[in-house]
Parts: sequence; C-alpha cells; structure tokens
Amino acid sequence: MKLQVNGTVHELDIEPDMPLLWALRDELNIKGPKFGCGAGLCGACTVIIDGQATRACQTAVGDVTANVRTIDGLGAPDALHRVQQAWLDEQVVQCGYCQAGQIMNAVALLEANPTPSDKDIDDAMSGNLCRCGTYPRIRAAIKRAASGQQTGA
Amino acid sequence: MASIGKIARRTFLVGAAAVAGGVAFGYYKYKQPLENPLKKGLAEGEATFNPYVKIGTDNRITVIVPRAEMGQGAFTTLAALVAEELDVTLDQIAIEHGPAAPAYYNDAALREGAPFPAFDHSMVAETVRNAMGVVGKFLALQMTGGSSSLADGYEKMRLAGATARETLKAAAAQKLGVSAGSLKTEAGKVIDTKSGKSLTYGELALDAAKIDPPSDVALKPRAQWKLLGKPQPRKDMPAKVTGQPIFGIDVQLPDMLYATVRMNPQPGGAMKSFDASEALKMRGVKKVIAIDSLYGKGFAVIADNTWRAFKAADAVKVVWADGPGHRDDAEAKKILASTIAAGGGFSLRSAGDPDKAFADAPREKLVEAEYYAPFLSHATMEPMNATARLKDGVLDVWSPNQAPSVIKIIGARLTNLADDKINVHTTFLGGGFGRRIEPDFSDYAIRIAMETEGRPVKVTWTREEDISHGPYRPAALARYRARLGNDGLPVAIHGSVASPSVMAGMVGRIMPGLPTAGPDNLIVDGAYNQPYTIPNERIDGYKAPLSTPVASWRSVGNSFNAFMHESFVDELAHAGKIDPMEFRRKLMADYPTAIAILDKLKTLSDWGKPIDKTRAQGIAFTLSFGTWVGEVVQVKDENGSIRVEKIWIVADPGMVLDPLNFKAQMMSGAIYGLSAAIGQQISFADGAPQQSNFSDYDAMRMNQCPDIVIEILENSGHLGGAGEPATPPVMAALANAIFALNGKRIRSMPLNGEVSFV
Repeated sequence: MKLQVNGTVHELDIEPDMPLLWALRDELNIKGPKFGCGAGLCGACTVIIDGQATRACQTAVGDVTANVRTIDGLGAPDALHRVQQAWLDEQVVQCGYCQAGQIMNAVALLEANPTPSDKDIDDAMSGNLCRCGTYPRIRAAIKRAASGQQTGA
Repeated sequence: MASIGKIARRTFLVGAAAVAGGVAFGYYKYKQPLENPLKKGLAEGEATFNPYVKIGTDNRITVIVPRAEMGQGAFTTLAALVAEELDVTLDQIAIEHGPAAPAYYNDAALREGAPFPAFDHSMVAETVRNAMGVVGKFLALQMTGGSSSLADGYEKMRLAGATARETLKAAAAQKLGVSAGSLKTEAGKVIDTKSGKSLTYGELALDAAKIDPPSDVALKPRAQWKLLGKPQPRKDMPAKVTGQPIFGIDVQLPDMLYATVRMNPQPGGAMKSFDASEALKMRGVKKVIAIDSLYGKGFAVIADNTWRAFKAADAVKVVWADGPGHRDDAEAKKILASTIAAGGGFSLRSAGDPDKAFADAPREKLVEAEYYAPFLSHATMEPMNATARLKDGVLDVWSPNQAPSVIKIIGARLTNLADDKINVHTTFLGGGFGRRIEPDFSDYAIRIAMETEGRPVKVTWTREEDISHGPYRPAALARYRARLGNDGLPVAIHGSVASPSVMAGMVGRIMPGLPTAGPDNLIVDGAYNQPYTIPNERIDGYKAPLSTPVASWRSVGNSFNAFMHESFVDELAHAGKIDPMEFRRKLMADYPTAIAILDKLKTLSDWGKPIDKTRAQGIAFTLSFGTWVGEVVQVKDENGSIRVEKIWIVADPGMVLDPLNFKAQMMSGAIYGLSAAIGQQISFADGAPQQSNFSDYDAMRMNQCPDIVIEILENSGHLGGAGEPATPPVMAALANAIFALNGKRIRSMPLNGEVSFV
C-alpha cells in the first residue's frame, strides 16, 4: 500500500489494520508521533490529516488516503514553525513526551480558528494529556502564536 | 523542640536509623579519588579534566549532567553550575547524560540527612548497624530522586567547572610565558589582560589535560554569577518542540527486534502455564518466552514490529496463579488498621508527654480523625520501555531511567559480565516521578535480549501493562487525635501512620538480601517533621505488612502524610474556632521562614476577604525536601460540581538557581498532586489492580487546570529541592477548600469518592 507522510509517498507491505502510529514509528522510522495509551485517550500520537487533528493510534493505516502531517515535517530547530517558536518563547516543555502531540493539535486548532478563545483552546486541547502539568504555558503559547498570526508576524 | 535548620534537612531514602553514621560515610566518599569515567571514551583531539568536563581542540565543550532529565530541567540548571565557573555560555556547550559510573554517586541525601537531636538513640542503635551497609551501598548509586540534584551538584559541579578553568589558565600561562595572575577567562577563552592576547579553550585543551589540576580553587561569589540565579532557556527545548527521537521509546538500532511483556497482574503471582501456539502463527512473531524475574512472572513476545508484538500477546493463552497480597481494598484497609492496633510503632521525634496529655483530657477537648490514601500509579506519559543488546560479550542497555548504576548491577547479575562489559545509555525520560528508579523494565529487556542471538530488542509495555503493574505509591492509613486548650490551640497531637515501607521495598528490589529492618522515616515524612510548635506531640510510624510492591512516587511519604496531617490541622483550626491561616501562624510563630510565606500568601490570595457563596479557599503548608511551601486553593461550585479555580503557591527553597524553571516545577508539582487528589486510585479486586488506562486512571486536563500564581522567597538559608515540594500541600489545600465551601470534610482520597469535579 501507499502512504504519504509529510509530502513523501512510501510503499509499504503491511496489514491494513495496523494503526497508523506503528506504521509511522516502526515501519517508516518517523518517531515524532508518540505512543501514550493506544486507546485515543492521551493525544501523544496526534498527527494532522485533511486539516484534522487525528489520533494515529486509532487510525488504521489502510484507511488513510490523504497526506499525513507529523511534527517531523513541521519545522526544524533552525527553521521553527511559529507554533514551535511560541512553545520555545514560553518555555513550555518539561519532559516533552506529550508535546509533539500538543503542538500538532495546536497547529490544527490555529489553522481552523486563528483567534481561539479560552474555551476554544480548552475544547480543542483537553484530549491531550500532560503529566508534567504544562497546561498554563501551553495556553500562553497558543495565544502567543495566535497573536503573531493576527499581526502577520 | 528541634530548631529550624535541623527540621529543614532532607531525609529522602535514608532510613532514619542510618543517618547517624551517614555523615562520616559521606565525608569519606567525598575524599576518595574516583576514577574519571570520561577518560575511557575520549575522541581524537579531546581532553577531559574531571568527570564533568570534556573539551575538544575544535572548541566543542561537553558538560556531563549525571542526573536524568525527566522534565525537571536538571540538564540546564546542573550544566549551568559547571558553565558558570568554567566561564562559558550555555550556547557554547553540549550536554550529555554520561556513562554510569561511581564518580557520579548522589551524596546529597547523606550530606543533608543529618540526624535529629530528638532521636531516641537507644532505640535506633540496634538498627544503625544493619542499615549502614544498606545506605552506604544504596547511595553510592547514581540516582535521580529526592529533589536532590541541585543540592548534590551545587558544590561538586561548580568545583568541576572552576578546576577546569584554573587548569586551562595554567596552560595558557605556560604558553604565553606570563603569570596566571594576569589572566582572565571569558566565554570559552583565556585572555591576557596585559597584552590582550587570547587563546580558546580548544587551543589549550590538550596541554591543559597534562597539568595536575589545582587541589583547591575559589568559587565565584554569588554577586559575580552570570548564569545562576537568572532564567535560562532550557537546553532540551529545541529538540523537544521538534519531535526529535530522544526518548527511550525512540531508540532505533540496525537489525532491531520489537517486544512486549505481559506479567501476572497480581503482584508476586506466578505464571502457571501459557500457550503461544496461536501467537506464533501470527505475522512477524519470532518467539514467545517465559519471564521469571524477581520483579514479575509472565511472558514476552518478540516480533518485528511493536503492534504485532502487542497483538500476538493478546493471543497467548495464559493461566496466572494468585499472588500473596491483599485481595481487595477492604482487606488492605483492615491490614493497615490492625497494624496500628497491634502497637509497636516507631517515632522519630517527640515533644513533651503526649500520653500523659491525653490520659486526663476532657472528652469535649478531644478531636479525632482517621484518614486514608490509596495506592497510586505514576502513569508517566512515556510507557515503560527499554532496549537491550547482548552481543560479543558486551551488554548495552538503552533505558529511560533514574538509576543507571542499578541497571549495571542487574545486568551483571543476569549475564555474569564484568562491570566494564556493560554499558548503560540513559536517554531522555518521558516522565519519571520515581517510577524510573525501578529496575523492572530494564531487567525484562536484558532477559529478552539474552534470547535474540545478539540482535538488539526494544521492549515496550502497553499502557495497560504500565498502569496495572506497580511498584505503586503505597496506600496509607492514619489516625490522629488532639487535645485542644482553652485558647483553641492544640495542647497535644498524636498521630499513628501505617503504610508499607518504600525504603524496604526499594532495597529489596535493587539489592535483595540486604537487611531492611528498622524504622522507615518515609512512612512519617511530612507529618513528624513539620515546623509547628505543639507542647506535646508524637507521630508513630508503622510498617504495614502489605506485600504489594511500593516505590517512590513524587514526594514519597509526604504525598500522603501532608494530606492527612494538614487536613487534621485544618480540622483543629475549625474545632478551635480560629481562622486556618491564623491558626498556622500561631503554631509556626517560631519559624520566620514560614511566617513570611503565610504573609505573602495572605496578601496574594486576599485570604479572609469575603467572596461570593459559590467560592471558598483552603490552605495547607508542607516543608519537604528542604523547601517550605504554602498553598491556597480556591474552589468554585459550578452546578454541583467543583472547579479548582485558582492556586497561589509561595515557596522558599533558600536560593533559586533558575527562577523560571523553579516556577515550572512548582506548577508541575501542584498539578500532579491535584490529579491524584481529585480522582486517582489503584484499587484492587481479586488480588489485582482494577485500573489500566487513562479511561479509569485519568489526570488533570487543560479544561480543569486552574490559574496558578507562584511567588518565590529566599529566606530559609538552605538550598532545597524543586521537583517535589509543591505536590504534598495541594491535596490538603483542596480538601480544606471543599470543607470551607460546603462543610464536607473528606478524609479519604481520591476526593471524587464524595464530591464531583468539573
């Protein structure tokens, strides 16, 4: 089967019911999406498909027909996406394990809703668990990224 | 009554009986010239000056941070200790975890854990002899825990930077033919102040490494610090916001296999039989093997993909034997209660004569209460995992762990390889909270690698396996009683706390066979050593014979004792008809550090000012890991559900080396504690844990997260910890706020057993 990830098409010989997460991590060595729960409860595996924040652990790879965006294709340390830059500016991260999923979820939110309210942020982000408790700084970073978007920065 | 400084000293992992001998041990170890483990792995053109510093001729400067970066910021703040004295910027250095080696032992617990003068030395004398060996061996381990990294590294790592700096200056003096006195250092260069000539550290490194380092160097006074005391951008942040493969679970090696384990969910239970015939027919499955470890009995599936291993593990038919532990929560509570009833507890500090004070106490002046706290899982975001390879007589283990030298001990035990044939690679940790001190996940990976003919194998647990297997934060039960005086203040407080021993559990798992008799101060930590002046006071600890494995869990004994003790203090305030903030002020009048915190909290939270009827505030205070923390929680009734609306945290760690990161740790500790207080428990039925994923073991989420205001004070005169001290008081502050809101006194965690939350 074919699977397009961050613009690159890969040819895979795997079971169509393999979760996208494991196809990415173990078959394609794309390690940005993280395994957290395997049940769609924590958001660590979040990727973006067709503009939607999607839990890769709950998505069968055979069902994926569009390009999959992962954090690996979002930005590099010397060329950060503005959401990643906002994360740096607010010094959000602690252990960092959930943050790839948090960032991808925030990117999907801001692409759909450039000026989210606190409630919009809560609604979009509450499926993403963080055991280090970085939520206040995540909220600040989303607002910072949103304000940058408004001013065209 | 013990003095302020003595109370403030940390006691993590030091069996109370053992600290009497600890100081001497620490001093002895400190004087031992320990081998620099970096000498072995130097690259061409690279020099090392001590176990913390490597400099290459290409000006690549590497600082070793031998404490696990698990989110607490150790990588940045510990590296800054070296960088400050070495006179380099944080941009100029690379940071590594480094190898597992004795040079990196953690001696903070010993240096800080001096004995209390109030000890009953005759009582502990017997156990000192037993426990000394335990503590000595235990603390020679390279461990991250007890919020001790800064206290441990504060002097050692600054000295490492300063010694390297002075050696580089000596090399420059020779090269330039000037006296070292005319040289200064700045941003990785030695500069001759007279001629203006300069040499980079890289140009000096190889020559400098041949010079004997000076035996005593002066450290910079605080006023000259450029990095310490100021917020530094975290060095691990760029990799973490770009999804780099830095965690244990991301390890990728050529020819690697993937595995998972399924262990008996009943702690200590055997595996009667398993049938892997269906699993072995499944795509990608290589092998199914039994695992018979000290840490669990079960099986592993080895495959060519993690998901295939998970799926095949589901297809294995297994018959578990019952474990030896309690069958359900009612039995656990019964064992805890009967342990107290049987008597024979230990106490580490007492004031006055509580027994006498209670003997003639009038009934109407007595307050009594019983509290319970459940077992808890750590539930780190990164599930337990490790990767191992046993090839050509060398064992390599890649493990997100808090105790690399423990993995060496385990590896040697399993493979009989010599110490120098075992390499432990500590990756970044997707959360630790004490869980990753444990050796089980590394032990299983090594056992599985012994079955893969030299191929590396990454072993990943499912979330279900992670949550349904301990070691857990222990359950605890406490009974408190107090006698109030006519002024409403307590004349006497007596507490009895029963819990299985974390200290005995950890020693038993890491160094089986060592004696673990004697008191475990972790059982009463956060109750017996709080800065309240009570004329008659004693807290008795009881080691309860619950066999479920228990471990360090963020703030250890403080995590349950603070809830119980600080809830009881609140109950006494209400019984004595005194405002809970004022009540604490009166009891802590001897401790200006605490009073300053209460003053600040009162101002910040507008404590005592009327708020509308749907809102209320609660306060709690805990001194743990050398840091004094007061917290006020404000709750709001939203249509019958409780919202945690706001928290004010005032903390005094004596000195703050990075205020931004310190605040992050306060925020993190409070949210971690709230998650537990609101809704977490590991309950047991038929001998097995009932929870298995975030569906039934959830944690605080964005929409529940309160506003958090944090203030730092620096009055205590003692460098305290950051990672844990915000966790203990928040649970009691929340329970006390709920009482203030609706009059419901909840004495059993989690609190959602009796009220609902937003």
